[in-house]
Amino acid sequence: MEEDQELERKISGLKTSMAEGERKTALEMVQAAGTDRHCVTFVLHEEDHTLGNSLRYMIMKNPEVEFCGYTTTHPSESKINLRIQTRGALPAVEPFQRGLNELMNVCQHVLDKFEASIKNYKEQKASRNESTF
Amino acid sequence: MAATQAVEEMRSRVVLGEFGVRNVHTTDFPGNYSGYDDAWDQERFEKNFRVDVVHMDENSLEFDMVGIDASIANAFRRILLAEVPTMAVEKVLVYNNTSIVQDEILAHRLGLIPIHADPRLFEYRNQGDEEGTEIDTLQFRLQVRCTRNPHAAKDSSDPNELYMNHKVYTRHMTWIPLGNQADLFPEGTIRPVHDDILIAQLRPGQEIDLLMHCVKGIGKDHAKFSPVATASYRLLPDITLLEPVEGEAAEELSRCFSPGVVEVQEVQGKKVARVANPRLDTFSREIFRNEKLKKAVRLARVRDHYIYGVSLCCSGWSAVARSRLTATSTSWLQVILLPQPPE
Repeated sequence: MEEDQELERKISGLKTSMAEGERKTALEMVQAAGTDRHCVTFVLHEEDHTLGNSLRYMIMKNPEVEFCGYTTTHPSESKINLRIQTRGALPAVEPFQRGLNELMNVCQHVLDKFEASIKNYKEQKASRNESTF
Repeated sequence: MAATQAVEEMRSRVVLGEFGVRNVHTTDFPGNYSGYDDAWDQERFEKNFRVDVVHMDENSLEFDMVGIDASIANAFRRILLAEVPTMAVEKVLVYNNTSIVQDEILAHRLGLIPIHADPRLFEYRNQGDEEGTEIDTLQFRLQVRCTRNPHAAKDSSDPNELYMNHKVYTRHMTWIPLGNQADLFPEGTIRPVHDDILIAQLRPGQEIDLLMHCVKGIGKDHAKFSPVATASYRLLPDITLLEPVEGEAAEELSRCFSPGVVEVQEVQGKKVARVANPRLDTFSREIFRNEKLKKAVRLARVRDHYIYGVSLCCSGWSAVARSRLTATSTSWLQVILLPQPPE
């Protein structure tokens, strides 16, 4: 109860660029007062397991993270709560950002490899068609 | 040593037991296993990761992704289904519909028709914009009237003979270019993907006359925008023989699996079973119904080897290859998989 009363809700600056003039929050940080920034719950709007699970995996791979979990609040709402607790005094935003960047790098690498593989397949197919003549 | 072998199995295989599945979840996070450095290492990931395209044609694509975790593999699958954009009919302006198919049913059917248009060349329509411009809308006209065939035989009962234009197909849809679309898109490139989809049936005197607006959308909004008929993956099967299986038992063993998985070879006069191609197996688990042989085999799946199978609704255009991982706001994660479409 006391914690609820003391909960601070901070709205972070990232907004989606929807119709002109309309600004929707994309990310919120919820943190119980009295704790330093090492355990934080991030509320990500308009997200689901697609980002939640993959981001959770990347953040868990960080040895500084003591706990990371996510949940969808309710199937009718499209938002997720992602909680990060770090060892020591590392602010929780740091593994969050690092996880996002690492996920970007992973996706970029997968993209490159996939494109190369498709190109390779097509070349092989073309050369196989030629060699039958 | 037995201990490290068990640990390796725990880390890298999902084991299918007779009554349950073990080692399902990913456990290789830092601190779980002593002696292993499981922290994220981009270089190590890049070294181990590979993509192999097994088969690709107009309607389907099969490829393997090796060295990636389930959460990311699943994210790609989810994106293929729900977040890759396509063009589909959204608004239907009905001028005349005297057919037996109600307006809304007809509109629903038209929305599900796959449209052959590259969505990357179009923008999303702004919210609240009713009219639509050439940059975000494609227009199609469908006008068919059914009449009686004056030259039909007197006693014929075949509708194909008696009536003209009694079946409305997608080939009756004509594209109406807006603005400068005629310059941008050569004749015949903007059309429904298949021209033999039956939309409605008519009888003499009935007519369908309508205008369709196509917009860009994603599967999350409505399933008609999903570019894939289905996108799924399975893990690579891993079948190991725990003890040698010979003679009649070898034949029995090969019958317990899909054809081609276990083959029986003649070695020094004896028949010996060998696992030839586990990839083909569909894991019917028939082996567990055989009391003698179930102890001789370990059924497992390789945890980080994903065999994707994707069937497309759009032939001739590899929409499957376009997968976009997006986070909420613009700058976070934008990775677009964009291989070239097949020729």
